[in-house]
Amino acid sequence: MKKGKKLLTEPKWCKGCGYCVEWCPKKVLSIKHEKVVVENPDDCICCGLCEQRCPDYAIWIETEED
Amino acid sequence: MPSKLVEETMRTRRLPHIWCPGCGHGILMRDVCQAISNLGLPQEEVTIVSGIGCSSRAAGYMNYNTLHTTHGRAIAFATGIKMAKPEMHVIVITGDGDATAIGGNHLIHAARRNIDLTVVVFNNSIYGMTGGQYSPTTPTGEKGTTAPYGNIDGDFDIPKLSEAAGATFTGRGDCFHVPQMVKLIEDGIKHHGFSVIEGVSICPTYYGRKNKKGSAVQMMHWQEDNCIDIKKAAKMEPKDLEGKIILGEMHKDASRPEYCDEYDKIIKKAGGDK
Repeated sequence: MKKGKKLLTEPKWCKGCGYCVEWCPKKVLSIKHEKVVVENPDDCICCGLCEQRCPDYAIWIETEED
Repeated sequence: MPSKLVEETMRTRRLPHIWCPGCGHGILMRDVCQAISNLGLPQEEVTIVSGIGCSSRAAGYMNYNTLHTTHGRAIAFATGIKMAKPEMHVIVITGDGDATAIGGNHLIHAARRNIDLTVVVFNNSIYGMTGGQYSPTTPTGEKGTTAPYGNIDGDFDIPKLSEAAGATFTGRGDCFHVPQMVKLIEDGIKHHGFSVIEGVSICPTYYGRKNKKGSAVQMMHWQEDNCIDIKKAAKMEPKDLEGKIILGEMHKDASRPEYCDEYDKIIKKAGGDK
């Protein structure tokens, strides 16, 4: 995980399509009971591909403000 | 709390949206919001107009001035808004059926007038909301509930159709290549004239199931593999381009006068500005 950045999810909005899991270059995510789960947060490079492709806005990168 | 972009541009109390798991429309709606946000347009200076269909639900979720109108008539309503308030950025979100079937006449006549609207067509190649009937963009041979043995009609190429009718900015993006789609919408909004941007979407529920395209992820992989940028396509043989989807800016013409500008001149000519 990059400094000052966080990977966040909103399970209530997730419909379990699996795009984020499929296109995550670092295999950080998985789907459990039709919801996204962050399995390996330390491996996340904050590329934001999951956020771009999530049709339900259920996963995103947040930049922590000072 | 959702992402900053979603928080700022959408009515989050209305989320999650009604679109099916894996539907490309959610991605395309975010692209429109991202483009508006990138351009720094104030919320009150943007109006989103939509018609009827899966795509047109977008107007209900976007936090701007919004208007959800009757089937096929989004461009007609948008024309009225633009004529009354030419300084407003009017963006039409419509679907393939809404824009090219029942609203086909509005599309070509708005293009002919070159009125400064930005039309984003969420094209999922089927009527999703009503149960999977084939639409004017269902590829020949593909199936729908009303074409159980395959569609024998030809399909529209939306950018070409719009260009032929007089649109002065046309392009095609898709829900996989997000930065390109965002850029096309931005350029369409900036263009002073009628812009049509087709966004190739994915309908795993009806189009995918009827045509045995597999899961949403498999359909997205197909899109990733079969979409080709217009610059790359120019160097390829026609036989290699069969069945491929060409993406990019297709046409831009800044020389034709815009409709509201021309209408202002008519008002002046008639003495209406005195």
